[in-house]
Amino acid sequence: MKRKIISLLAALFVIFSLVSCSDVGTSTDNQSINVYNWGEYIDQSVLDEFTEQTGIKVNYTTYASNEEMYSKIVSGAASYDVIIPSEYMISKMINEDLLAELDFDNIPNYKYIGEEYRGLSYDPEEKYSVPYTWGTVVIVYNTKYVDEEDVADESIDLLWNEKYAGNILMFDNPRDAFALAHVKLGHSMNTTNPEDWYEAAEELKKQKPLVQAYVMDQIFDKMLNEEAYIAAYYAGDAMTMMDENEDLAAYVPREGANMFFDSMCILKNSKNKEGAEKFINFMCETDIAVRNAEVVWYAIPHTAAYEALDPEQSEDPLVYPPQEIKDKCEVFINLNEETLILQSELWINLKTQY
Amino acid sequence: MSKTVTIGNKKAMLAPFSSWMVVFVLVPMALVVYYAFTSADGGFTLENLKWIYTYRSTMFLSLQLAFIATCICLLLAYPIAYSMSRASEKIQRNATLIIMLPMWMNFLVRTYSWMTILENQGLINSALRCIAGLFGGEFDGFQMINNRGAIVLGMVYNFLPYMILPIYTSLTKIDNSLLEAARDLGSNGFNVFRRVILPLSVPGIISGITMVFIPSISTFIISRILGGGKDFLIGDLIEDYFLGNSGVVNYNIGAALSMVLMILILVATFFMNHFDKDAKTSGGGRI
Repeated sequence: MKRKIISLLAALFVIFSLVSCSDVGTSTDNQSINVYNWGEYIDQSVLDEFTEQTGIKVNYTTYASNEEMYSKIVSGAASYDVIIPSEYMISKMINEDLLAELDFDNIPNYKYIGEEYRGLSYDPEEKYSVPYTWGTVVIVYNTKYVDEEDVADESIDLLWNEKYAGNILMFDNPRDAFALAHVKLGHSMNTTNPEDWYEAAEELKKQKPLVQAYVMDQIFDKMLNEEAYIAAYYAGDAMTMMDENEDLAAYVPREGANMFFDSMCILKNSKNKEGAEKFINFMCETDIAVRNAEVVWYAIPHTAAYEALDPEQSEDPLVYPPQEIKDKCEVFINLNEETLILQSELWINLKTQY
Repeated sequence: MSKTVTIGNKKAMLAPFSSWMVVFVLVPMALVVYYAFTSADGGFTLENLKWIYTYRSTMFLSLQLAFIATCICLLLAYPIAYSMSRASEKIQRNATLIIMLPMWMNFLVRTYSWMTILENQGLINSALRCIAGLFGGEFDGFQMINNRGAIVLGMVYNFLPYMILPIYTSLTKIDNSLLEAARDLGSNGFNVFRRVILPLSVPGIISGITMVFIPSISTFIISRILGGGKDFLIGDLIEDYFLGNSGVVNYNIGAALSMVLMILILVATFFMNHFDKDAKTSGGGRI
């Protein structure tokens, strides 16, 4: 019986690998690389320029959360060369031996990465990752509909304000959603105490009737069309939204928020590591980094590109928060297995309480 | 001698179909069952089945919404299919085309477009607001999205063609002389419909119900786009366990839940087919 199952599995594996060849694709030659990045997180024109300069074709696909990216990679359904996860996911993937050690001789532009962004706790020996952008989670609101006195104290409680029931958007991924509830309760967002998680889950349950929808990239449409008035989201995307709708404003909650560092990594099973390293190096070219930053509006760790940025961007306290705000923020660390299981159960519970 | 050759050829002709069925139907189903009864380390367990009980309310909600959507589809589709089958050939051709037309577009795009129609700042509410403004009134707008109704609407809209087409096919296959005979023997219009047309169209109704109910009960994207991602249907739950969006990937629980869905659908189809036997005379309608 067991043998049969194994041969069935083997048959299926062969089929899947055949299918995935024609799909997003394993790059079988040195002429292409597969880049897997967050949605709305790159200036698409730099991809074409990379192909023009190097002759390497970029197959570009996007994901909406670290978890989505992770499960796609471990399922083996498609293979990628370059990925851009956040810090806690990087340390998880290093632990699980999924990432390749980078050859920094092929990435000379690493020299531009500022000292304070190197060797952070998720990759202390600077072996696996090249920082791409960083930022915080902010609360975005529409000044036309949200009263000034409700935002005067820049509190996270705005997301729980009953006055705006039905007009609040919430993260549709548990890590970011629970972090907001933990901040509200004054917990660390990396807590492993089950009690803290149950309390946070209660907060999210209380909030659920006020929430219009749980969304990720759909947030752009809904905030820009004034379908919803209040949302928590990543700073760079918030800046992009504020640029397109002048009534939008944002703040980092005074109670604190998540601060993230997204870095470029190469997967261990990459078929074109050399091309992938070329790509990472290319993204760290000063003029490319500037162009990219002007589109995505996230803070960049690239010192030379930072200098070259328009002061309107480089001096914006939401994009580059001052030290006292950074001090209030917390960086995710990889949760242990029990906490991850609890988080998943509580999140599914939230979505299945009717 | 020649007989064996024919049989051999027949088998050879069947080979593509049978290998397709084995590879893409039997093997995946066997894998679902295998995962449902094993734990993460590969040993036999019944542990996964307890989640079926844990998520019974999700199962029930999915059943309920799929049932409502199927009923609405049937009520809408029958009159449409009936009037189509009575119309001239040209109208029949055009009507079939019009019904098929939306299916040429991607399912996701069709569903997303409902979002822009139903939203508070969407097409309908803006239009109503405009009209209210003309008469100097104020209009807050209807709440039409991010609720159960919107999910059912999404199901009905997306799956309605699968109800209309089989019913239409079975209706066009009814021999006109049967209707004339019924008339001749003194039936009035209503009785002709009730005693001749309706029974003869049962095969179409049955396959229509199956083809609407099954995708409705297992949908996951409609509830996310039109339901605001607030309430999981069983499809969302299965997707979540397989993709690990909640932080944990668990094929075993996912497979156990999928298995229940499969059993539910098999049971429903079995009952449907049983019911179908009495009315197999026309044999049409199956797509």
